[in-house]
Amino acid sequence: MRNKHRVERGKDFLRSLCFLCPSFFGVCLFFIVPFGVVIHYALTDSSTADAAFVGLDNFKKLMTNAAFRLAAKNTLTFSALAVPLSVLLAIALAVMLESRIPLKSAFRSFFLSPMMVPVASIVLIWQVLFNFNGSANVLLSLFGAKAIDWLNSDYAQMVVILLFLWKNLGYNMILFMAGLHNIPKDLLEYADVEGASEWFKFRAIKLRYLSPTILFVTILSLINSFKIFREVYLLAGNYPYEGLYTLQHFMNNMFNALDYQKLSAAAIVMALVMIVLIALLFVIENWFGKDVEG
Amino acid sequence: MKRKKKKYFSRGVMFLLCAIFAILFLAPTVLTITNSFMTESEINSNYGMIFSTTTGGYVSEHVNLKFIPDKVSIQQYITGLVRSPEYLMKFWNSVILTVPIVFLQVAVASVAAYSFTRWRGKIRSGIFFFYVILMLMPYQVTLVPNYLVAQRLGILNTRWSIILPGMFAPFSVFLLTKYMRRIPYALIEAAKIDGAGEWQIFTRVCLPQCRASLCSIAILVFIDYWNMVEQPLVLLNDADMQPLSVYLSTINSGEIGLAFAMATVYMFPSLLIFLAGEAYLMEGITHSGSIKG
Repeated sequence: MRNKHRVERGKDFLRSLCFLCPSFFGVCLFFIVPFGVVIHYALTDSSTADAAFVGLDNFKKLMTNAAFRLAAKNTLTFSALAVPLSVLLAIALAVMLESRIPLKSAFRSFFLSPMMVPVASIVLIWQVLFNFNGSANVLLSLFGAKAIDWLNSDYAQMVVILLFLWKNLGYNMILFMAGLHNIPKDLLEYADVEGASEWFKFRAIKLRYLSPTILFVTILSLINSFKIFREVYLLAGNYPYEGLYTLQHFMNNMFNALDYQKLSAAAIVMALVMIVLIALLFVIENWFGKDVEG
Repeated sequence: MKRKKKKYFSRGVMFLLCAIFAILFLAPTVLTITNSFMTESEINSNYGMIFSTTTGGYVSEHVNLKFIPDKVSIQQYITGLVRSPEYLMKFWNSVILTVPIVFLQVAVASVAAYSFTRWRGKIRSGIFFFYVILMLMPYQVTLVPNYLVAQRLGILNTRWSIILPGMFAPFSVFLLTKYMRRIPYALIEAAKIDGAGEWQIFTRVCLPQCRASLCSIAILVFIDYWNMVEQPLVLLNDADMQPLSVYLSTINSGEIGLAFAMATVYMFPSLLIFLAGEAYLMEGITHSGSIKG
């Protein structure tokens, strides 16, 4: 009897393998196996067969590389600004749409619509707005302020963050709306009966229940903020102002130079940083939302 | 009484805020579309000082951002779509890269998701966890392995170097698994008792149950790849194969009106999908909302 059960389970396992096969084969071929090669390249001194093992030399070289440091600094600064902003603003939008106002679903569609507009289609308007002779400066001059060369100064990152927020807020907002929807209604009613203020309800109830969503949106925004190259490239090309030089610019240059050692080391460093950041976020969320986890 | 008044007031403020945000969110898209209907001379006089056009004519001193064209014309579209076929070709490049990825990725993912749903065990949950990690990796990390494989397989500089990795991207596997796990187990059990094989259960029970989620995932995948820039820049050297997204940024400054028109053409398919499938999209986003569980 027990044996039969085991045979049945073995069959199940084989069948499941069949279904998983195409996907797993592809993932192995395009991600796992080559990642082994990436690790190999990162630890050796050339991409040929007689490469010598050099330990962490490539990583040391990478860390002292000025271009990589600039790119890493820019990307991290960008993430540090854009991620919290996109979480906070998305929560604000979701809360706004939660109140009883007319045209709610229309607003929701409007806020979501930028997500469907390819960045390439919208950069023209951004150029018109933030060119030295552009609308933003015309507006500034109305107030008597001095014109700013937006894309070639330290304001450049702000312009890109604006584009990032414009594009991603809608998606995050929908996630938060779903999160708000899942908060037990009786808890809020109970708070009402007790005479709790709106702010207290938001802080003590809603925010606690939103914490898994906040975690997810933070991770999502973090990943998206690493993709900011797209916006920068379309706005300012391959050689942007220093403050806009992103990790992807660095990678592209390394691809052009066929420098596999630096490429591999950089990929590994980024993977590790990402894993550490995400693990950290999970730990924080677990601590913050532990008593409401259902 | 007082409390009620206060409530109406705060609702009014909320509405106003929403309206302001709505304008901010809509304006860039609307501006691009309306500007694409301007004549070359109007574009010139409005934006000449920015894009330093050489065609001459009147150029206003400051940029003149306008919602409504003085004279509606489809001149730019005729130039872009009829007279110079390269735009249509680039548009076609975008289509031929994106559409196969959408269909293949959803197909591969639905089979894999079925596997993750039907059978559970330590090995499979380990693999699933790995998929999640892979999904969370920034593009820069996966691009290097993809490049190396493409090089080894000799598909670098061909469309396959983008389509094949796209086909196996773990994102839709993750999302579809989450959907499929919510199909009542009794349904599958019933089919099994009726003598259906696994393949039959998959195609006749499982897939029809998650038709809506297949749509929403297809939409999400479509947006992602329609918007792609990094992959073609690294994996396709040949300028003739670049999608319109990359090509748009290279339209030279003398043809800014044309650029507006082509930008509108490029956003047209995704806006159309948005109008048709907004409900699916909303579903899809909502359910992507948690990595745990």
